Amino acid sequence: MTLKSFMNDAISPWMKNEGPEADIAISSRVRLARNLDSLPYPIIASEDDLNKVIAETETKFSAHEHEKFGALSLLKMQELSENEKRVLVEKHLVSPHLTREGPARGVLLSEDESLSVMVNEEDHFRIQCLLSGFQLEEGLACANAMDDWMEETLDFAFDEKRGYLTSCPTNVGTGLRSSVMMHLPALVLTKQLNRILPAINQLGLVVRGIYGEGSEALGNLYQVSNQTTLGTPEKEIIKDLSSVVAQLIQHERAAREQLWTNSKDKLEDRIYRSYGILSYSRRMETKEAMERLSDVRLGIDMGIIKDVQGSILNELMVLTQPGFLQQYAGEALNSQERDWRRAALIRERLTLEEESHDGGGEL
Amino acid sequence: MLCQECQEREASLHFTKIINGEKTEFHVCDVCAKDKGEYLPGGNSFSIHQLLSGLLDTGQSFAKSSKQHSRQQAKPELQCKTCGLTYKKFAENGRFGCADCYQYFDEKLDPVLKRIHGGNSVHAGKIPKRKGKDMHVYREIEDLKAEMQNHIAAEEFEEAAKIRDQIRSLESSLHKKGGDVS
Ligand SMILES: [Zn+2]
Ligand SMILES: [Zn+2]
Repeated sequence: MTLKSFMNDAISPWMKNEGPEADIAISSRVRLARNLDSLPYPIIASEDDLNKVIAETETKFSAHEHEKFGALSLLKMQELSENEKRVLVEKHLVSPHLTREGPARGVLLSEDESLSVMVNEEDHFRIQCLLSGFQLEEGLACANAMDDWMEETLDFAFDEKRGYLTSCPTNVGTGLRSSVMMHLPALVLTKQLNRILPAINQLGLVVRGIYGEGSEALGNLYQVSNQTTLGTPEKEIIKDLSSVVAQLIQHERAAREQLWTNSKDKLEDRIYRSYGILSYSRRMETKEAMERLSDVRLGIDMGIIKDVQGSILNELMVLTQPGFLQQYAGEALNSQERDWRRAALIRERLTLEEESHDGGGEL
Repeated sequence: MLCQECQEREASLHFTKIINGEKTEFHVCDVCAKDKGEYLPGGNSFSIHQLLSGLLDTGQSFAKSSKQHSRQQAKPELQCKTCGLTYKKFAENGRFGCADCYQYFDEKLDPVLKRIHGGNSVHAGKIPKRKGKDMHVYREIEDLKAEMQNHIAAEEFEEAAKIRDQIRSLESSLHKKGGDVS
C-alpha cells in the first residue's frame, strides 16, 4: 500500500485541520453517556444482557439510514484483530477500556467517523461527536441528534431529580463531557501556561497534557474539558468551556506575536532544526517525534515554513502510534522497529509534501 | 516517583485537578495511563477512587460526622433490590450497578454528588423527549411561573395575567392526561 492511499483510509475528519481556529484548537469532542433503564450496567451485567444491548443497537440503528448521519455500521470488538482495535483507539474513536476485556462490546460508527457510539463500555451507550477545530456547539447538536434518535425507540434511564443515570456518579445528570484539544506551543515556550492553568481549574474545568510529563505535555497538546455534569444545563456547560477555550486561543496568539517580536532568530533556528531532524533522521521515538512535529507545526502556523500543510501534526501524531505503524507495515513490530518505521514514515510524509508542492499530485 | 496505580513503574504523567478548590494529584505511568483510559482523551476524566476516597468509604468518615452512627450500624446494609449491589460494593468500586441503585442509595447520595459536582445534586439539563413528556410540561410551568413573578414585580399585570392563563391551560392538560391527578 502506498502512504497516500493508507492515509486516505486512516484520516478522520477531526485530523484534517479544517474547522474554525483549527491552527490552535485541533479538535472538539462532545460525549453523552446513556443507559437503558431495564438492564443492569455493563460492569455487572451478564453476557446475555450485554448481547441484548448489542442486538438492539444492531437492529435499530445500524440497519437504517439516518437523515443526518447516513448509514451507521456496528463493529463488534470480538470480531476485530488486536491491531484493528488499537487503531480505533489511536484515532480516538473508542476508549482503550472498550477494547480490553469482556464480551459483547461494540462501536457504532458513521461513515465519516465524526459520530461514534460505544456500546457496553462503562455505560450502555457513549455517544461521541468528534470534529475538527473549535466546534463545541456543533458537536453538542450532533450528539443531541443521535441521542434523540435513539430515545425514540429506547427507554433511557432518566430520573427527574438526578437526570440521566450513569454507571459512574461523576457522569450523572447531563452525562456530558465536552473537550477541546489544543496546541499551545507559544504559551509553553514563553512559560505562561503554568500561570494560566490554576485559574482555569478554579472554573471547574480541567486542563491536562496528552501523554505528557508534568505540566509540559507531549507535543504541547492539551485537552481542556468540563469536570462536572450535574446541575448545569448542557448549553451552559458548553458555553463556559467555549469561553475559556476562546481565551486560551487569544493568549496563544499573543504569545506567538511576542515570540516573533522578541526572539525571531532563536525561534526560526529551533523550527528549522526540528524540520531538518524530521526530514533526515533514521530512528525516532514517539516523544521526540511529537516535540519536533509541534515545532514544525508552529513554524507552519507562523508562516516560517511555507510548503508544508498544517494538518501534518494532527496526522502524524496519530499515524506514528504503534497500531498504525504496524498496520502500515502489515506486521507486528517491536519498539526498535517502530522507531525506525516511525522515522521512515515521517520522512515519507514530508517527501509527499515536497512532491505535491512540485506539482506531483495532490493529497 | 512510583506510579500510584501499579506501584511498579516510574510515574510519567503528573497532573493536578482542582474542582471548587479541592485539589487531587495524580501520578501514573504510561502503561497505567493507557490502561485506565481515564487519563486520556475519551476516557473518564478522573479517577473516582481518588475523588471519593474518604467520602464513600462505608466506615469512619461518615461515623465521625454523624451522630446517627450507632443507629446506622444497627440498620441492615443498604442494597439495591433490582441488581443486588450493596452500598459497600458501590463505595469500593465507585460504580452503580443499575438505574435503580440511585433510588436505593438515595439517602446517601446528596453529599457524594455535591462533592463531585461543585455543590449540585439536582439535574438542570436535558429531558428526554418521549419519556420525559410530562416533565417538559412541569418545567415549562415552572419557567412561566418565574416569568410571571418578574412581570408582577415590574407591575406589568396584563402580561402576568396572560402568562397565568398559559400556566392554567398547561396544568389542565396534565390533569386530563394523568386522570387521577386532582
Ligand atoms: Zn503504573
Ligand atoms: Zn442496582
